[in-house]
Amino acid sequence: MWQKEPPDITSTLVVPPPLAAGEVKRSMPRGRSPWQLARRRFRANKLAVAALLVIILLYLVAALAPFLAPYDPSAITDVVQTRYLSPSRAHLFGTDEFGRDLFSRALYGARISLSVALLAMLVAVTFGTIYGAVSGYVGGWLDNVLMRGVDVVIAFPKFFLLLILAGIFEANVGALILILGLTSWTDTARLIRGNILSLKEREFVEGARAIGLPRRLIILRHLIPNAISAVLVSATLMVGGLIAAEAGLSFLGIGIRPPTPSWGNMISAGQDALLVAWWIAFFPGCLLTLTIVCFNLLSDGLRDALDPKVLMRRYL
Amino acid sequence: MSWYILKRLLQAIPLLLGIATITFLIVHIAPGDPMDVFMEKQQRKELDPRVIEALRHRYGLDQPLPVQYAKWLRNLAHGDLGESFRYRRPVLDLIEERIPYTLQITVLALLLGAVLGIALGIISAIKQYSLLDKVTTVTSLIFYSMPEFWLAVMLVLAFSVNLRWLPTSQTRSLDYELFSWWGKILDRLWHLILPVFVLGVASAAGTARYMRNQLLEVLSEEYVLAARARGLSESAVILKHALRNALIPIITIYGLELPFLLGGAVLIEKVFAWPGMGLLAVEAVEARDYPIILATSMIAAVLVILGNLLADIIYAIVDPRISYVAKRAA
Repeated sequence: MWQKEPPDITSTLVVPPPLAAGEVKRSMPRGRSPWQLARRRFRANKLAVAALLVIILLYLVAALAPFLAPYDPSAITDVVQTRYLSPSRAHLFGTDEFGRDLFSRALYGARISLSVALLAMLVAVTFGTIYGAVSGYVGGWLDNVLMRGVDVVIAFPKFFLLLILAGIFEANVGALILILGLTSWTDTARLIRGNILSLKEREFVEGARAIGLPRRLIILRHLIPNAISAVLVSATLMVGGLIAAEAGLSFLGIGIRPPTPSWGNMISAGQDALLVAWWIAFFPGCLLTLTIVCFNLLSDGLRDALDPKVLMRRYL
Repeated sequence: MSWYILKRLLQAIPLLLGIATITFLIVHIAPGDPMDVFMEKQQRKELDPRVIEALRHRYGLDQPLPVQYAKWLRNLAHGDLGESFRYRRPVLDLIEERIPYTLQITVLALLLGAVLGIALGIISAIKQYSLLDKVTTVTSLIFYSMPEFWLAVMLVLAFSVNLRWLPTSQTRSLDYELFSWWGKILDRLWHLILPVFVLGVASAAGTARYMRNQLLEVLSEEYVLAARARGLSESAVILKHALRNALIPIITIYGLELPFLLGGAVLIEKVFAWPGMGLLAVEAVEARDYPIILATSMIAAVLVILGNLLADIIYAIVDPRISYVAKRAA
């Protein structure tokens, strides 16, 4: 009953854990930057660091796919001999209905799935940051109009919007990136706007204004860096969501279309062959889940490392 | 209270108008001719151009865009969603047929997700750092991250293909018509198990994660400390003081989760060949059936707006601290 009590109290009150005491002494008085503190806290989170490493590894593997893939991902040889081979040492993930090596296809699929999501996130964050900054900084009627626009996009069920856009425009990869990005920017816009609105009134910005710092520098040095940490957390989370969204669209046959492999359309092909070859759908899904789990863990880790509330709890 | 509801309803009107405009623009700016739905390109060359003109005229495609837009809005206001190009039937009829199927899986999944998610979240928070908590946290992270359609395919593989316990797809067995009314209900439930489980588990995983954090936060509040200091039993502290306050934000989360649930339903309906609105939308996109695309998006948006409205109203009822005036959607 009472056994849970002590950790609760220490986490809300001041006492730092004994091991961290040295750190506190070193870090606090010398005034390390918040980013340095955040990096230190992030490194202490083993799970998040592991997730980051896995993500880096996945991107490396995707980049090096042409060198790592044992077979040509679209090579069709003697179909009768090579189709529907179950996983073995020669074909780690087995082969599909055309006898194509699924491990090689999964590697090339990683290139598509991972880069589409990352680029779409960049589109979304860039657009959202500009949109939110304009809205928050200019304010007034423009802010009002822009935010009603955000409300409309949010009220639109996102997957339906994606479905319409990707389906009707018969998107190629570039268009798909744009479509995914332009349906995902609302969180960033709101975060940036909210942060800029509240930061504008804070003492340190007032102080910067008082010592005569030009407005450009106030925005660049004080407003954006303080807002960007929240964006970083949501952007990481967004990549996971975008990977899932692209996979879903490709599964429906309107994202990345065969013969270009993506994890989503491999699962779709696997569903059609479920009776004869379970491995076709199985492995791409495992990779998808692993990747999204890692992005979620990374996002959690970044949130804990960057959240000033956690900072206060531990270092005040 | 009724003022608040009225006000929120009025606020929904510009949202709907915005959504109507966006869908209309997307669909009409898109490349590709809806006439392709009626006939192959080859066939069209052979056909009398006057026939094509007549068809265009019939569906109003020969008019300028602003006129089509104004017409569409006026019909929309009258509840007329147009006629499907492909089925040549009123869209409203088609959607009326499909919507019960979507509601069956989403409502049941919502319930499963809420019950399972809240229960797991509470257990996890109360027994923080126990083995049970760790297992729950890891499992919910995995299910939260896992693409639902893949989970669906894997469950079909396990329970339908290999074990043969559950049906692979469709809404009813082949001999459905021979069953008694009771047998029919059982048969439908039988077919509902997999789709509802997949959607429900995904929703439960998110809820469990949120519920755990929420309850942990509330348990560190001073009024909980005060309740413990008064010597209340742990169960009284949790049930009477902590849980009530931790549950409130969950309502909003459910309002926000609705679009994801509907989006997930699209994929799940595709996997299980479940003839709901999502499958209708997918088929319509493939066939460029504009009226259906417009209508399904509009209806999905209306469902989402209504869901959020409902969540806000319930929120205002359970949490009297929220002033009706100041309340903004989170």
